[in-house]
Amino acid sequence: MTKLNYREALRDGLRDALVREPRAFLMGLDVGRYGGTYAVSRGLLEELGPERVRDTPLSESAFVGAGIGAAIGGLLPIVEIMTVNFSLLALDQIMNNAATLRHMTGGQLAVPLVIRMTTGAGRQLAAQHSHSLEGWYAHIPGLRILAPATVEDARGMLWTALMDPDPVLIFEHAALFGLEAELEGAVTPVDIDHAKIRRAGKHVSLVTYGGTLHKTLAAAETLAKDGIDAEVIDLRSLRPLDTETIIASVKKTRRAVIIDEGWRSGSLSAEISARVMEQAFYDLDAPVERVCTAEVPIPYAKQLEEAALPQPETIVQAARKTVGTHV
Amino acid sequence: MSELRDFVMPSLGADMDAGTLLEWRVKPGDRVSKGDIVAVIETDKAAVEIECFMTGAVERLIAEKGTKISVGTPMMQVRVEGDTSAKPVGQQVLQPTPTPVVAKEVAPPTPTPAATIEAGGVRASPAAKRRARALNVSLATLKGSGQDGAITIEDVEKAGRAPRRDMRGAIAALMERSKREIPHYYLAHDIDMTNALAWLEALNERVDVSERMIPAALFLKAVAVAARAVTAMNGSYAGDRFEPSANVHLGVAVSLREGGLLVPAIHDVDKKTPREVMSALSDVVERARRGMLRGSELTDATLTVTNLGEAGADTVYGVIFPPQVAIVGLGRVTERPAAVEGKVAVRSFVTATVAADHRASDGHLGARFLAAIERALQAPEAL
Repeated sequence: MTKLNYREALRDGLRDALVREPRAFLMGLDVGRYGGTYAVSRGLLEELGPERVRDTPLSESAFVGAGIGAAIGGLLPIVEIMTVNFSLLALDQIMNNAATLRHMTGGQLAVPLVIRMTTGAGRQLAAQHSHSLEGWYAHIPGLRILAPATVEDARGMLWTALMDPDPVLIFEHAALFGLEAELEGAVTPVDIDHAKIRRAGKHVSLVTYGGTLHKTLAAAETLAKDGIDAEVIDLRSLRPLDTETIIASVKKTRRAVIIDEGWRSGSLSAEISARVMEQAFYDLDAPVERVCTAEVPIPYAKQLEEAALPQPETIVQAARKTVGTHV
Repeated sequence: MSELRDFVMPSLGADMDAGTLLEWRVKPGDRVSKGDIVAVIETDKAAVEIECFMTGAVERLIAEKGTKISVGTPMMQVRVEGDTSAKPVGQQVLQPTPTPVVAKEVAPPTPTPAATIEAGGVRASPAAKRRARALNVSLATLKGSGQDGAITIEDVEKAGRAPRRDMRGAIAALMERSKREIPHYYLAHDIDMTNALAWLEALNERVDVSERMIPAALFLKAVAVAARAVTAMNGSYAGDRFEPSANVHLGVAVSLREGGLLVPAIHDVDKKTPREVMSALSDVVERARRGMLRGSELTDATLTVTNLGEAGADTVYGVIFPPQVAIVGLGRVTERPAAVEGKVAVRSFVTATVAADHRASDGHLGARFLAAIERALQAPEAL
């Protein structure tokens, strides 16, 4: 067993993919000489050389477009974008090219591209570096959207994503980089098709992903002290959604709280809530609750930022509401 | 000339304030006549087929299946043809139980929009509603423990764990009211049944097994004949006075296997032959046990008979079913030593009792009533 943090796990996953797969290469802003904005790729340029770890000019549209071209040409590019906010500059490439080319060429072109980017708030980086827009990407057919919330997933998801014949976006939550866990030595690819039940429970299903998983698990512990046994589901894949796991859990607990760091209106949490209503209506014993980020640009001030985000206390509150006086 | 009238949830008993619509038996456009069965509703006691009290065409169904509807709330609209000067529908509805006590306990028939909203607006989770249907639990009787008082599946399951609690509660309320409000007096009289039983046995030997009659049919007919003779036992007590009934509809106490009891009425027993009474009795007992009685059968009784039969005790003193004024109790028929023409002989006897409302009659009338029952049973061939 090795003690690893999320950042090191991402690096191990990257190194493993680049070493194992000669068609793979890493490309992005400051990934080489600087070692990556979040130091994920530190040392990889020295270790693997400039062919495999490529610094790019400051143009998200250009380097994502180049990645798409390389993928069409038979390589397996891993493109890093600094934050989800900046990915909007490459949205045209992602949405109009990466997500559509297989469809528009009748299957003749494939885009086996992986784009990694950080997402989420919690580090006082204000309104241009802190948003959670993965829910927007999860709207787009043709993409697979992943959100590793654990050290194990951070290490193992990249390889599975790279083997996917279509574009995959991996959203790494910025608040998780220091998260530590004990892992077995070798990098092991993880399943990216299914959500995972991180804590089994019987009274309420807490559905979440990414950065809020740990806040949700903390909330579940608080609830347990009150005798409320919460089940915590880590979605892992935001598109496609593992609806089956969600519905099975809700049918068991009859109550659901969705915790999503995105804004509430038109969000992924809204989609999940709708599916629960569509597929488990007659099993529901309380309205579905949602804990989302306040509908404001993420504030800079620490207290305001904390107040804007889902927190264990607000999750506990919402879960209590669904349970009412029962349990 | 036609007019649109509301068909409202009828009151099927003094203790009923709402019913759950289980099934519509009509649809818009159907012709309905007075007495037609239009819907099946569930009360605290049983599933009941309810009859239409007007003639016309169904215009629109208002009440939705599965919802709890307060007494007096419109369930459908009927386009009524012809004479439209009849009494407003609401008043007709309450006719079966026109006592002031009823008026206190039953929601007045005010077909306001608010009442309609309340009828469909039971606040319960989808899971609770589905479980309530499965467990046959009426949501309107539950207190919700969920968000903003919503009924949750656990509330339903708690209620469902005590089956037929609603009926127990209904019986409790009615009997409490009876003992609180009605000053009962009691009389008992032993009736020699030897001749009647011999007559019955001879009759039964001549007919097919399925046609055979039991003493209960004779008892009922005898009670009906006596009720004709002593009218102070047959009717209802309302508005501080006794109202004798022109008809003799005998309520028959039927105990249910799962506990509780129902008292459906057999109509016009005085006008039926004992054989007709027998077949009506079998029919009503069977339907009571299946929970499929008609509304009028649960409300129309003018006098009740409780007959313990073979397995019962020797004597039973009943509790009057309000707003009726008397209940006849018949114990087990037993052989007893009796003085006959100066000698001791073994004869078959039944102890007949009457519990009667002292506001409506005095003891000597009760005694005359029991004597009239006895007289009728001494001449079974005349029944």
